[in-house]
Amino acid sequence: MTNLIALPIVVPLGTAAACLLAWNQPRRQRVVSLVGAFALVIIAVVLLTIVLRTGPQVLHVGGWRAPFGISLVADTIGVVLVAMTAVVGLAVVVDSLKTVGPEREAYGYHPLVHILLMGVGGAFLTGDLFNLYVWFEVLLISSFVLLSLGAERPQLEAALKYVTLNLIASSVFLCALGLMYGTLGTLNLADLAQRLANGEGRGFGIPLSMMFLVAFGVKAGLVPLHAWLPASYHTPPASVSALFAGLLTKVGVVALLKVFLLAFRFDPPMTDTVLAWMAGMTMLFGGIGAMVQNDLRRLLAFSVLNGIGAMVMGISLRSEAGTSATVLYMLHSAVATVAAFLLAGEVHRRTGHYDLRQMGGLARVAPGLSVAWFIVALALVGVPPLSGFFGKLALVRAGIQGGQGWSVGILLGSSLLVLAAFLRAWNLAFAREGEGGRPGRGVPLAGATLAAGTVAFAFLLAPLAAVCARIGFEMARPEDTVIGTLGTPDPSLKPESVR
Amino acid sequence: MSILISIVVGVLFAAGVYLMMRRTIVQLLLGLGMIGNAANLMIFNASGLQRSRPPLVPEGGTVPPTPHADPVPQALILTAIVISFGVIAFALALADRAHREVGSDHVGELRSSDE
Repeated sequence: MTNLIALPIVVPLGTAAACLLAWNQPRRQRVVSLVGAFALVIIAVVLLTIVLRTGPQVLHVGGWRAPFGISLVADTIGVVLVAMTAVVGLAVVVDSLKTVGPEREAYGYHPLVHILLMGVGGAFLTGDLFNLYVWFEVLLISSFVLLSLGAERPQLEAALKYVTLNLIASSVFLCALGLMYGTLGTLNLADLAQRLANGEGRGFGIPLSMMFLVAFGVKAGLVPLHAWLPASYHTPPASVSALFAGLLTKVGVVALLKVFLLAFRFDPPMTDTVLAWMAGMTMLFGGIGAMVQNDLRRLLAFSVLNGIGAMVMGISLRSEAGTSATVLYMLHSAVATVAAFLLAGEVHRRTGHYDLRQMGGLARVAPGLSVAWFIVALALVGVPPLSGFFGKLALVRAGIQGGQGWSVGILLGSSLLVLAAFLRAWNLAFAREGEGGRPGRGVPLAGATLAAGTVAFAFLLAPLAAVCARIGFEMARPEDTVIGTLGTPDPSLKPESVR
Repeated sequence: MSILISIVVGVLFAAGVYLMMRRTIVQLLLGLGMIGNAANLMIFNASGLQRSRPPLVPEGGTVPPTPHADPVPQALILTAIVISFGVIAFALALADRAHREVGSDHVGELRSSDE
């Protein structure tokens, strides 16, 4: 049964391999890709029900016991996020069946999407920090290629900036891993938590945690390490942007969550303060930046930045309420952000460009699209009763309980800024008089479904909040939950690499 | 010995960062390669350096004689080298294509995606 844990990694890999075998047959690739995306959703749901019923499961890959081998840990946060990944993957694949042009499909678009999903799934399920580095690189490299596939000039420029900044982050991550192994003798997350709890390596806590903060902060897009995000997210086609915005930054946020809440639990509050300040600045940057954008996708990229700041604010609170609020917001953000980008892609297909100043009158010619876009925009801002409201409400409550009122103030203030940005975009593109675009009542299936999802979020709130509360509970008690996944190590095989 | 390698790591990082802030795309990528190598060397250094003590179990024993060279960071470095090799290969192809599309090797020309 525990072998099921490897399936969210194996299934997308198999799908990608099958797509590669059908290299010159785009129609077959589309079928295989769709089937693979469905299979991933089913696997994720099965894994989720098993873990919710029986508690965290662990798979020691290759039979090598932890902490000597690599363990895949299916704790509640891991399987919930794998389910989120699968749903986002399905939405993007469904959308890209119609919208990705043959010049991208001919060069491996579909296998790359599934390799990216494999990397994200692996990053959420792994219990070993070096394995996390490997999955980071898998999803990073596939995102490099997806970003530059199509080779338009903005894409290539953006790809160079994206590659550079993310490679710097990877190098910092490697250094942090090396230093961590040198001081603590282990890279297994649960073993790390245990050793730090026993008091080993306390003096190195701050430098190590700051190095991890830089490495994961670049990946998550925290200010001042965020510059690659608005420089690159608006260049690839909309379905690729949707995939990036819905998944990649969340992997960075979850890595921050796991490392700071599980491993570095005994550091002075300075690290939490640094996180809180960076989160606050990210929210403000996102809000202010969104207000001045004329490119629809760049506006959405800045609103993604705003969302990341909100999530990291929840982490910086270091409380059960904060962690569960972060995960609830993450689930909302996955649905709403992907929907926003997919609908922006439809706007592009109707009007031929993304420049808001040249659009107008879309509400008259494309009513379905307008309604869906408006709903998703309000959901991203946090207007009740849509999904964003519940995420932000949970964060506000956790922030006030945690005594960080100023963070709450920044959260609410930046939400107003993002609202202003979206209302401006609505006015420029939809409401004002203009020639509109290609008329039609239709809305893209994936975008419309996800927009409906932001509405349905309120009806599913009880089970979602219960799962998030459980995640907060588990993260606050690593002795009972995460460390338990280590298994019993053989005492005669004690490693003596601790210096 | 450890201090010498630390100094080498520092010099490599400095050289890499200096190169990355230069004018051409190729210098940027060379700098990235240097930083990757510096990170690998840092892993090697941070986990303890041993001379001529391979982690081999002697006849009739169960564990290698301590202190021995640690095989785990060498495996980590190998993985990191392979990953960075793939990434640099892709980055070079990307740089070539970007050079052709943009028409110049100057990093400051990569501006059409910023409004």
